[in-house]
Amino acid sequence: MSTKGQHAQGWGFVAPALLWTFAFFIVPFIVMGAMSLATLDGRTLIWGLSFQNYAELAEKRFLWRAILVSLEITLTVTVVSVVLAYPLAWIIAFNVPKRWQRLALLLAILPFWTSYVVRSYAWLLVLARDGVVNQTLINLGLIAEPLTLANTRFATVTGFVHFFVMLLTLTIYANLVQLSPNYRRAAQDLGASAFQTFRHVILPLTLPGIVTGAFLTFVLCIGDYVTPQILGGNTELTVPQVIMVQLGRRADFPLAAALAIVLMGIVTVAYLASARWLRLDRL
Amino acid sequence: MMRVLPWVYLAAAFVFIYLPVATLVLFSFQDGQLPVPPFNGPSLRWYADVLGDSRLTAALINSVLVAFGASLTAVTLGFLAAYGLARHVMPGSALIRALLIAPLTVSYLIVGLGLLIVLTQMGFGLSLMTAGIGHVVINLPLAFAIIYAAMGAQQQNAERAARDLGANERQVIWLVTVPMLAPAIGAAFFLSMTFSWDEFIISFLLTRFDVTLPVEIWSMLRSGLSPRLNAIGSLVFLVSIAVVLTLELLFFRKRRS
Repeated sequence: MSTKGQHAQGWGFVAPALLWTFAFFIVPFIVMGAMSLATLDGRTLIWGLSFQNYAELAEKRFLWRAILVSLEITLTVTVVSVVLAYPLAWIIAFNVPKRWQRLALLLAILPFWTSYVVRSYAWLLVLARDGVVNQTLINLGLIAEPLTLANTRFATVTGFVHFFVMLLTLTIYANLVQLSPNYRRAAQDLGASAFQTFRHVILPLTLPGIVTGAFLTFVLCIGDYVTPQILGGNTELTVPQVIMVQLGRRADFPLAAALAIVLMGIVTVAYLASARWLRLDRL
Repeated sequence: MMRVLPWVYLAAAFVFIYLPVATLVLFSFQDGQLPVPPFNGPSLRWYADVLGDSRLTAALINSVLVAFGASLTAVTLGFLAAYGLARHVMPGSALIRALLIAPLTVSYLIVGLGLLIVLTQMGFGLSLMTAGIGHVVINLPLAFAIIYAAMGAQQQNAERAARDLGANERQVIWLVTVPMLAPAIGAAFFLSMTFSWDEFIISFLLTRFDVTLPVEIWSMLRSGLSPRLNAIGSLVFLVSIAVVLTLELLFFRKRRS
């Protein structure tokens, strides 16, 4: 068979998937980019090359507030999740006996197979004014009046941290078990304390796992609409929430598109900042 | 002290991980109007209520249809692309791979928003079909990656042998490649099913009158806390667990042994 015939045959197999990705992903993406440069005159859409939507992001308080809120929540969630997940991954990797480790991980993942809309709702139940947490605290005599936990940023962060602790535990665990125990032994033979071994040997070696997990957390968290919408209440909105408001009530597609492009810009910056340590191919 | 500390932390972590789902399931058996303490029951009235709700059962059937159709399409397209790229020398194959994987790097909200803009500009009506198209976009990269990774020299030798014995391309694919790759194809299909089954934002943006289960649950959420939602949530949880355990037992266990 000639090379040319080979190529043609290969294209025949690849074409359907490529066409699908092109028609339903690449084209929409380009149209969305063009839409972000269009403007709205009343209800009529005017295509063009206007940067008005981007200018509005800087001018209108509720828009740049949303970007700020999204960044604050996402950074908080990422840091808290890493800090909580690292010890958990460590304990599963080094304290739990080898043959129970797989079971421990499986049990940790299990609750996340609920629908994620339902998962946020379940946190609403837990954090409600007369919910489990408040009732328990009152019965223990720790508080007299129920705390306002639901419909706050605290609730949003808790809902996110719940999911991402699981995700990060998996990526960090995968990193920890790959480490040869010889590194630890060598460090200890050379007189390092347990803390020094961790600080100068283990931590640098597990950094790629941490950064990869943190990057995933950042990307998934900043783009999520469901968790802040169900748990956060309406006192402050994140970027995805503002996008949905533009689509629904105001049908302002150009502004929604511009916000989506900004969201992608933020993710790109996060990628560039962590690219040195990222090991996405190892997932 | 230092010996028990890890176990205390492990226990606390599991309490945190299981707190919402345990609360959800417990209060789905609540005999009363509110799913909060004190617990009265157990009662199955909310399950009876949910199973008798025709809107919910319709949404459930829609979800299964969309998940099945989108997964079948994604796996078929993904398999063909993987076969083409693994078996034929093609110019720009690295670029093609990158292009096929690209949708994974973009948030679902943005994938849905882009499709919504194009569809409304073209005057295309929203339906379960349009949601399905969106689900194929997000599941195709995954299906492709899983099947492509499983294609090795071992199948290639069997394919060559079949060709030498006179099989044509279609026979080679159906009688040799597909059966040999069945575990990867099955895993890709079931994973795609679970993602599609759980997917909310794309379905929310791209459906109108007929909706999928997560969208129906979403619209019920507006009326606040209710044991009905607990019962639905518990049922969805049960179905997902069943699918995951099937996946684990059928596909991943075999590969390890």
